[in-house]
Amino acid sequence: MKKRSTIRGLLLLITGLLTTVLLSGCDGKFVVFDPQGPVAQTQYKLIILSAILCAIVVIPVLAITVFIVVRYRDKPGNTAPYKPHWDDSKVLEILWWGIPIIIIIILGGYTARDTYALARTPKTAVTDVKPVEIQVTSLDWKWLFQYPDQNIATVNYVHIPAGVQVHFELTSDAPMNSFWIPQLGGQEYTMPGMAMSLWLQADKTGEFYGTGANFSGEEFAHMRFNVVAESQADFNKWVDSVKSSSNALTEAGYEVLATPGKSDEQSFSSYPPELFDSIVKKNGGHHMDMDMDKDNDDKVDTDEEKSDTKGAHDMDNMDDMGDMDMSNMNSSEMNHK
Amino acid sequence: MYASIKSFASSFFVTGDPLIYGADVSIVLTSIAVLFVLFYFKKWGWLWREWLTTVDHKKIGIMYLFASLLMLFRGGVDALLMRTQLALPNVQFLQADHYNAVFTTHGTIMILFMAMPMMFGLFNMVVPLQIGARDVAYPFLNSVSFWLFFFGAMLFNLSFVIGGSPDAGWLSYPPLSEMSGSPGVGENFYIWGIQISGIGSLATGINFIVTILKMRAPGMKFMKMPMFTWSVFSSSIIIIFAFPILTVTLALLFIDRYMGGHLFTMDGGGFPMMYINLIWMWGHPEVYIVVLPAFGIFSEIVATFSRKRIFGYKSMVFALLSISILSFFTWVHHFFTMGSGADVNVAFAIATMAIGIPTGAKVFNWLFTMFRGRIRLEQPMMWTLAFIPCFVVGGATGVMLAVAPADYQYHNSYFLIAHFHQVLIGGVVFGYLAGIYYWWPKLFGFKLNERLGKYAFWLWNIGFYVCFMPQYALGFMGMTRRVYTYGWDMGWGPLNLVSTIGAFLMGIGFVFQVWQILYSVKYGERDTTGDPWNARTLEWSIPSPPPMYNFAVVPVVDERDSFWEDKERRDFAPAPPVPVSKLESIHMPKNSGVPIIFAACWFIAGFGFVFDWKWMAFSGLAGVGISLLVRSFTYDTDYYVPLEEVIETEKAAGRAV
Repeated sequence: MKKRSTIRGLLLLITGLLTTVLLSGCDGKFVVFDPQGPVAQTQYKLIILSAILCAIVVIPVLAITVFIVVRYRDKPGNTAPYKPHWDDSKVLEILWWGIPIIIIIILGGYTARDTYALARTPKTAVTDVKPVEIQVTSLDWKWLFQYPDQNIATVNYVHIPAGVQVHFELTSDAPMNSFWIPQLGGQEYTMPGMAMSLWLQADKTGEFYGTGANFSGEEFAHMRFNVVAESQADFNKWVDSVKSSSNALTEAGYEVLATPGKSDEQSFSSYPPELFDSIVKKNGGHHMDMDMDKDNDDKVDTDEEKSDTKGAHDMDNMDDMGDMDMSNMNSSEMNHK
Repeated sequence: MYASIKSFASSFFVTGDPLIYGADVSIVLTSIAVLFVLFYFKKWGWLWREWLTTVDHKKIGIMYLFASLLMLFRGGVDALLMRTQLALPNVQFLQADHYNAVFTTHGTIMILFMAMPMMFGLFNMVVPLQIGARDVAYPFLNSVSFWLFFFGAMLFNLSFVIGGSPDAGWLSYPPLSEMSGSPGVGENFYIWGIQISGIGSLATGINFIVTILKMRAPGMKFMKMPMFTWSVFSSSIIIIFAFPILTVTLALLFIDRYMGGHLFTMDGGGFPMMYINLIWMWGHPEVYIVVLPAFGIFSEIVATFSRKRIFGYKSMVFALLSISILSFFTWVHHFFTMGSGADVNVAFAIATMAIGIPTGAKVFNWLFTMFRGRIRLEQPMMWTLAFIPCFVVGGATGVMLAVAPADYQYHNSYFLIAHFHQVLIGGVVFGYLAGIYYWWPKLFGFKLNERLGKYAFWLWNIGFYVCFMPQYALGFMGMTRRVYTYGWDMGWGPLNLVSTIGAFLMGIGFVFQVWQILYSVKYGERDTTGDPWNARTLEWSIPSPPPMYNFAVVPVVDERDSFWEDKERRDFAPAPPVPVSKLESIHMPKNSGVPIIFAACWFIAGFGFVFDWKWMAFSGLAGVGISLLVRSFTYDTDYYVPLEEVIETEKAAGRAV
């Protein structure tokens, strides 16, 4: 009896401690539960839906476990039925194979729907607004953002206009990383020699946390960047101020930037033309270009080849969030031999 | 001369970190202590004859078990170092490069050098006994497997003090793991440590498939096999299909690093995504390799401690086999965010969720084995009962992770970390611990102390939830894995502190278990019956610990749980002794020194390749070749245990008249 009360006291203490810390832990922001754009919103809804569907199974199972263990304990005088030879029931088996199958069908349906939905370019109310293009390069250990339409570049921070689609083109000039702004949407890998694309949008103005998510070496922990969503007017003003008050990023400047090391936020009034494409190409993107040019000459007649193969950095034209068509990649690889 | 020695030593030995100097000192002291004991008590001959050259599956199992506990300690210390570093924002306990090495070795050691050998230990300790065999199908190969694992693990662990640890993550993604990203020898240690032990793992998989197919007691049809044996069979099937992929993948990475290949770099026309696909084609099945035997263990324990037949035997077998097949069709869920396209992501998302179906069915079958049974809460059953809620929640978060678009938010975050620790600790570690508590008296002849075990149990369980539940929340707060430090700005501090407290509770739990083992050696309750738990399968029909030949008379089986049914038929009276006339001399394999020498030569070759010392690498390989030749021309590999010895042993155990 005494032992039990000690255990109970201990449990009480731990629960109390946990509650205190969890409550104070709420100072921190649950960024994944705070969607600020359509992509994050879709993902958030799926998270909640899948959690509820799982809870439908988990909670009864936990309850049944407690009930069974309490009721069928081997204690003298336990009057619960004891049937040591009862080991099969078709009805029960159908039940517990059937219910999870139904849940998986439902969840699988929603998963498929949203996977395909997110693979398309996000639709917004304002369709006549041209999306903002931003080219993202993960370096050791910093982020370079280039704005091809504005011809400016930044390091470790990025400004976007709110309410406008943003098309991020992702590559890496270092080991692969992953580009993640939880409040705007899920992450996508940045890989050397490849250009991937990610469509995001901020519905309202605000500042968001962005981070590298895939380990890329020593100072990976410092690959954070700030995302500022502001009105179109403020965005234009910001572009102008960067243009007028910052230095240009030169070829040599890029080489310095690309050497391993941490970096503060930086702004550049311009950058060498075709810098992003040359980064993709020098890391192996040219192999794809070459292969795909060849494809146009002597077409290999597989279905996969039909998709547009204009070059590595144009892969973002493909209609998917992930945007790398693996089948295409594979076939081009085969041609490489 | 002095200068050149000094510069060699400073790059050869890892320097500059007090933790590593501490490790150097303790390694040297421990080695001296071990050597001293062996010389002083003149135990070299005994060690060589009884252990190093043994082909007895029970002894090999015990060696696997203790090696894996040692590795659990090493991996656990890694974990505590990481949790200390992350306890508060901006802690200066570990530097970035040291932290990166620590999480890399933590992951690699826990999966490949802790979970795998602990599992092989249980395979070895239990399967032959459970199917009424006198050894595994290939006892010599079994010894080779163990020593390959052992030397592979030693080579990997050596990197801590010599040359430098790998620090590119436990799966070493290129291009980070290529020479361009990791110019040091750490990745070489990674490749060769895993390669050498991986060949041993593959051989063990083959060994146990053949053992289960060919060595079962007469009458033990497939559908009469114990559930643990079924789970080992399923797991071994996965091993023989998955491990060759690992071997090839690491060999290709080695070609890149050693010979300047471009298989996994884009700039030479290679393809890093190929590596990521390949490594997970092994890596995902690997988690099912380690968890299926845990399922088997729970099935044995639930039936025994509920004093009831396992519920839904056929459905359980079907679930095991379907998991082993499905496990090969889910690997892409480790990189939904790599842009494989919507079709691929949907297919793999649904395949991943589908694994939840047979797994869920197994949970229900365990629950209904207990339903209308009589549950005894002894140590193996406590761990089993702790497993069920833990694994159910971990499985549920796994289904959540399988939802591909949502995974874009979970991927690489602490949500993922919490999930896989919950299924690997709650499923695999709890399962193996349950199995160790359950079969310990069979192998050693005494039970592990209950009181100390209960302290350990509660510390582990409370510690687990305190450690990992906050990590789910940290994932939603945007904390990514593998960061060695973080600032105050994101509010991650408090939950990380809680998590660290939980990790240390588990660490204390482990200390209690070590104490429990030491204490029980002296004071543990002795098992004189051979059947301390009133259990159901054949291994409990022989004395604890079993004689070297296991079964004096090969049992004949005609139903499931036939040992239990026999007991029930004779109303639990002691089994009648066997008349001496039924005994005969027993055919057994001879011990051999070749496996340990063979594996040591691999170690030398591996070490040579790590440092690119060709003279050493090729002499090692020559040793490997010579060992194989020596074995090929050894014809005297077996013998008969004389009848008198069998009679004497059985009479001493009171089992023959």
